[in-house]
Amino acid sequence: MSIRINVLDHVMVPDHQAMSEEEVQALLARYSITFDQLPKVFHDDPGVRQVNGKVGDVVRIIRQSHTAGIAEAYRLVVRRPKK
Amino acid sequence: MPSPKRIGKIKFGLLSPKEIRTMSVRKIIWADTYDDDGFPYPQGLMDLALGVIDPGLRCKTCDQKAADCPGHFGHIELAKPVIHVGYTRLIRKLLRVTCRACGRLLLSPDEIKKVSITAEDELGGDVLTEKDIKKERSCPHCGEQQLKVNFEKPTTFSEVLLEDGKKNEHKLTPADIRARLERIPDSDLKLLGINPDVARPEWTILTVLPVPPVTMRPSIILENGQRSEDDLTHKLVDIIRINQRFKENQDAGAPQLIIEDLWELLQYHVTTYLDNEVAGCPPARHRSGRPLKTLSQRLKGKDGRFRGSLSGKRVNFSARTVISPNPNLSVTEVGIPLSIAIEMTVPVRVTAYNLEEMREFVLRGPERKSLKVPCGANYVIRPDNRRLRLGGDNLETIAEQIEPGYTVERQLRDGDIVLFNRQPSLHRMSIMAHRIKVMDGKTFRLNPAVCPPYNADFDGDEMNLHVPQTEEARAEAAILVAVQENILSPRFGGPIIGGIHDHISGIFMLTHDLRWFTKSEILYLLKYFEFEHLPEPGKVEEDGTPMWSNKQVFSMILPDGLNMVFRASSCINCDECKYTDCERDAFVRVIDGQLETGTIDKKSIGAFDGAILNRIIRQCGMDRASQFIDDMTRLSIRGIMIDGFSFGIDDEDLSKTEYGQIEDELSKAKDDVDRRIRIFQEGQLEPMPGRTPEETLEMQIMQVLGKARDRTGEIAGRHLGLGNSAVLMAVSGARGSMLNLTQMAGCIGQQSVRGERIMRGYEERTLPHYKRGDRGADAHGFILHSYKSGLSPTEFFFHAIGGREGLVDTAVRTSQSGYLQRRLINALQDLKVAYDGTVRTTMGRIIQFKYGEDGTDPMKGSFGDPVDVKGLVESVLKEEV
Ligand SMILES: [Mg+2]
Ligand SMILES: [Zn+2]
Ligand SMILES: [Zn+2]
Ligand SMILES: [Zn+2]
Repeated sequence: MSIRINVLDHVMVPDHQAMSEEEVQALLARYSITFDQLPKVFHDDPGVRQVNGKVGDVVRIIRQSHTAGIAEAYRLVVRRPKK
Repeated sequence: MPSPKRIGKIKFGLLSPKEIRTMSVRKIIWADTYDDDGFPYPQGLMDLALGVIDPGLRCKTCDQKAADCPGHFGHIELAKPVIHVGYTRLIRKLLRVTCRACGRLLLSPDEIKKVSITAEDELGGDVLTEKDIKKERSCPHCGEQQLKVNFEKPTTFSEVLLEDGKKNEHKLTPADIRARLERIPDSDLKLLGINPDVARPEWTILTVLPVPPVTMRPSIILENGQRSEDDLTHKLVDIIRINQRFKENQDAGAPQLIIEDLWELLQYHVTTYLDNEVAGCPPARHRSGRPLKTLSQRLKGKDGRFRGSLSGKRVNFSARTVISPNPNLSVTEVGIPLSIAIEMTVPVRVTAYNLEEMREFVLRGPERKSLKVPCGANYVIRPDNRRLRLGGDNLETIAEQIEPGYTVERQLRDGDIVLFNRQPSLHRMSIMAHRIKVMDGKTFRLNPAVCPPYNADFDGDEMNLHVPQTEEARAEAAILVAVQENILSPRFGGPIIGGIHDHISGIFMLTHDLRWFTKSEILYLLKYFEFEHLPEPGKVEEDGTPMWSNKQVFSMILPDGLNMVFRASSCINCDECKYTDCERDAFVRVIDGQLETGTIDKKSIGAFDGAILNRIIRQCGMDRASQFIDDMTRLSIRGIMIDGFSFGIDDEDLSKTEYGQIEDELSKAKDDVDRRIRIFQEGQLEPMPGRTPEETLEMQIMQVLGKARDRTGEIAGRHLGLGNSAVLMAVSGARGSMLNLTQMAGCIGQQSVRGERIMRGYEERTLPHYKRGDRGADAHGFILHSYKSGLSPTEFFFHAIGGREGLVDTAVRTSQSGYLQRRLINALQDLKVAYDGTVRTTMGRIIQFKYGEDGTDPMKGSFGDPVDVKGLVESVLKEEV
């Protein structure tokens, strides 16, 4: 049996949050972009799995930055292509 | 001219035999090219229907002359099918995943569903792979037992038959393979990521070969009047000859063995025609022995069609020559030879305001006998875009003629802005805009202080120069690309331009400790520095001569109101810093633009460090900073010239005492090593945790010998003080290190390969000069001589081994980083920062939500930090915090 660990607890893994529908709409409006212009992340990414992100969800990733304090990024969950 | 058209879509697929025959204008059957009269044979490789290259002839297909005929394809009917080398991997995959009898995919409908759940999108390329199919099973559709398919490079396929326990290989002919591929149904191909409408798999086996138009394989006529054919034509001749022979033998009913041989030969020629660098296939050669450049070789590699022709960038208005240094130029200038200034031009539109000036340019014409003659003009462009070459007797006529609306192409003159570049252009500072200064000689001249960003030296380096042709280009060059705008590197947020070598030695010698200069000396030092008044003399001699200190001289080039406190490169980080009382004068204190204590060296003004330079940029701006670099380089060159500076072989001499001490030290170390080896051999050596006794011994020996080497350096250093040029250069940071000096005067030390003592060579020894199993210092590459004293033959050999490793490392590193750079640039070249601060692709896809995650310019930060808080506080408090 493998031990399930929460990857988000690791110091080097930035915080991941699944975003709500309204938040995503606001995000797309803020940058005036369409859904597929967002950066991507694979559905089986450990951080994404931890927050239960499904294909089509958008995940907010909050990083601690040396120069900016906090830097937020948003990624669209996509299926990892075969091979 | 036809209007440019927009490309709607591009479809990729295979050419079917039918398509090849449809697009062909002539069936080619003769291997000959031209007859005795030099006229192309009909149905030969140079048939007039395939297009024309000789001027005067007309194309039989489109009836146009050589210049207008685009060329037309022909075709060769192959006697038997052959495999296209480019598709062998696809063929192998298809043979392995489909049934050898019925051609269906070797999966039941259920299995297909399980393996390809994601067939939702049509584009999903490699849906099924070889791995999804179990080996040597029987077909789920017809029950046929499958055989293992072997592939041997370049184009051989065979089936493995199991006959009474023995493995038996049975070769598949291209015809067999083609028959099998034909049986694969369209519906199964879709699951394999193949669109059967444009790419039926049997089309990867050629039955008919397209013959490219003569326009893409023109023959050239040599000086002796002989025709020389293109490599492709040569190869096509081979193919047609073999094809012909094959057909004849076939019709005559030749034995199977001969047929097979000919078939293989045909396959070889078609393979090398397509790609002459396939693994497992000897390249086809020209009579001279040179490998032929066939289709694939035209496309591949650095000089291929893609990297060489299509994305290759070639420009006009550029010049290239050797570079050489000139410390009297400003860093923002570049000296160019008169011959280049005459050849290159800037277009100037004639207006009512510059009409007279333009007339003078035109009257002077293209000739320019010396530097003193003002620039002339080479061309005049009339309003109807007609270009008139100036020269001879037309100067006056054209000068009369010009009026507003004309354009004059004026020669370069002092102050024109140009882009200056040195390859490999790895960062943005590899191209900077300089102002021209026309000079004698044949080289580009530049201030040695701009060498670091270009990574240039003067051992024969060449550089390129580009002349912007429009007002917009000149404005961009002046505002964004100018040297003074690029003093700070975005790589680390500090100055990359600054003093090097002699600048640092000079400024160190000038500012070290306290020295006094008379008025004439100080005026000599400041000859090229513009100032109105000398400062108050620092002291007056008893005889009444006013004297100025060296620190006062340096302070003259500093901006007012500059406050800084830091330690120079020459600081040795004493346990207890004596600050301003430092006996090495390494504590730099600048108050209100006056250097109070400390020596100026690499830390203050050097490229990559430049603490003072950095502060001037932040406090007074880029222009003042470039002014400071100019003043500093000129002052330091004059500073070094007061005393003079040189280095010779006897600067490495030590006295008898030191040589004795060094010898003692080295023999002591040798004894220590021998003692440890004895302990090891007696099995008394206590291994370090996690190490074998051997490893422990090696580490101890390395340590002892390393220490001994350093000790010899200390002995040498004790004898050689700042009066020694090498010591001065090492201490000031100008060039070299104390280690270099140690190796010159003391002892070179251990040579190593991959961080270990040299172990390779013969059985249990490095050289036959030593006993087997000798673990001593000299048997494994310890050099106890110095470069000055010279090496013994064995030492020299070990030194060559150690030196080679360094060379190989650099060679490997440059090629690897070059490839990495190419890939990075290809991936990043079209990204841009949008007005909302996001980084996007040209399609608007977001790469970063804020440029660099913080939206700041890395150039404007301070060595990785957003703001240099410590420096700012120190500047206000005027003391160290
Ligand atoms: Mg060089
Ligand atoms: Zn034509
Ligand atoms: Zn079958
Ligand atoms: Zn000190």
